[in-house]
Amino acid sequence: MSLLLDVLSWGLLSLGGVFVFIGGLGAVRMPDLYTRMHAASLTDTIGSILIIVGVMLQAGASLATLKLIMILIFLLLTSPTATNALASAALISGNLPKVATQYGKDPSQ
Amino acid sequence: MTVFFGVFLLTLLLIVAIAIVRADNLFVAVMLGGIFSLLMATIFFLLDAPDVALTEAAVGAGISTVLYLAALALTAEREKRHTVHQIKALVVVTTTALLVIFATFDNVQFGDPTAPVHVHVGPWYLENTQRYMDIPNVVTAILGSFRGYDTLGELFVVFTAGIGVLFLLGTRPKKDTEAAETLIPQQSETSEGLRNYLIPRLTGRLLVPIILLFGLYVQFHGEYSPGGGFQAGAIIAAGIILYALLEGETAALRVVPQWMLMALMAGGALLYGMVGVVGMLLGGQFLDYSVLADNPVTGQQLGILLIELGVGMTVSGVLLSIFHAFAARDKY
Repeated sequence: MSLLLDVLSWGLLSLGGVFVFIGGLGAVRMPDLYTRMHAASLTDTIGSILIIVGVMLQAGASLATLKLIMILIFLLLTSPTATNALASAALISGNLPKVATQYGKDPSQ
Repeated sequence: MTVFFGVFLLTLLLIVAIAIVRADNLFVAVMLGGIFSLLMATIFFLLDAPDVALTEAAVGAGISTVLYLAALALTAEREKRHTVHQIKALVVVTTTALLVIFATFDNVQFGDPTAPVHVHVGPWYLENTQRYMDIPNVVTAILGSFRGYDTLGELFVVFTAGIGVLFLLGTRPKKDTEAAETLIPQQSETSEGLRNYLIPRLTGRLLVPIILLFGLYVQFHGEYSPGGGFQAGAIIAAGIILYALLEGETAALRVVPQWMLMALMAGGALLYGMVGVVGMLLGGQFLDYSVLADNPVTGQQLGILLIELGVGMTVSGVLLSIFHAFAARDKY
């Protein structure tokens, strides 16, 4: 049973790590702010969910798990809000998304 | 494993520090400064100093970032290039750095059990906290009672800093007041803060009460778990600053008005000093809490609770006053 939990937990932790890595890679490689934020939001949501659930399986039914649940709720509330605030701030300050300008179309028209 | 994490975090810290120096967009530098503080807090936590980590996270990453942003709103976003004093500055910085590095050779090894800090008064505190105060958190016992004079000094430093900032920024420039009021249209209260942005406002409003509750927990649970007045003051101030960012400064000033901030600032320092004076009046030494109650142990616990309350009041009052002093500047 404990072996099964260990395998499951390490699987989740590794998968979470992979998502965080992909998110980081996207934040560096993507062409404009909005796609970069889209990539980075991966680390905030699916990455943190997988990693925290993985740690929860290690902690078992204890006070630590309860604290981890609280941290997860906090992250799931604040991270998407921060992403939203950042995107709207960028849009208001005049940073338009890059869309298909190579075909000679102005996105604002 | 601790060493591995420590080296990793210190490397990140170095990278962030270089990035801060190289950034000529001040906005970017402020954001990197927040990351620097967060890394520093993690390192403190790794070194088993959660009390310091709490303060660093709340003050360094939270409040000072907001204060820098408030200051940036009053000045330019880009750094001006200076080329005049660069050689002199380089010489000064290099010499200081070499001296500091030279001084670290005299430092004790990390975790050395024979280091003075572990053989001098540390063991005495660890052995006798239980006997004199009967509280589990030795850090609070040392900070509040054994070294109460030092903490009183620290509190007065915070208090003095607050007064200094208020002297510089807290008053309205007199001669421009009337002109400013007629020229600049007064911003209506409904457009202040993030009132027109539903999602951040809603999430923020959900978080503010939880942050305040956590601040009170850190304040009054400081004898049992990491925390105390400094941390709680910073956390509560951060919660109210978040409210001010969401609902606008006017709404925040209605919740905690200016006179209450002044009362918190002065009242906290006064409370700390009064606990010492009352101890003297009851026949003990200054800041000797044993005489405050019939039982010396209860007296110590009562004294620590009161002075921590004083610290929390002054710290939150000073931080909020500084924030309001900055935030009020761009109106005129």
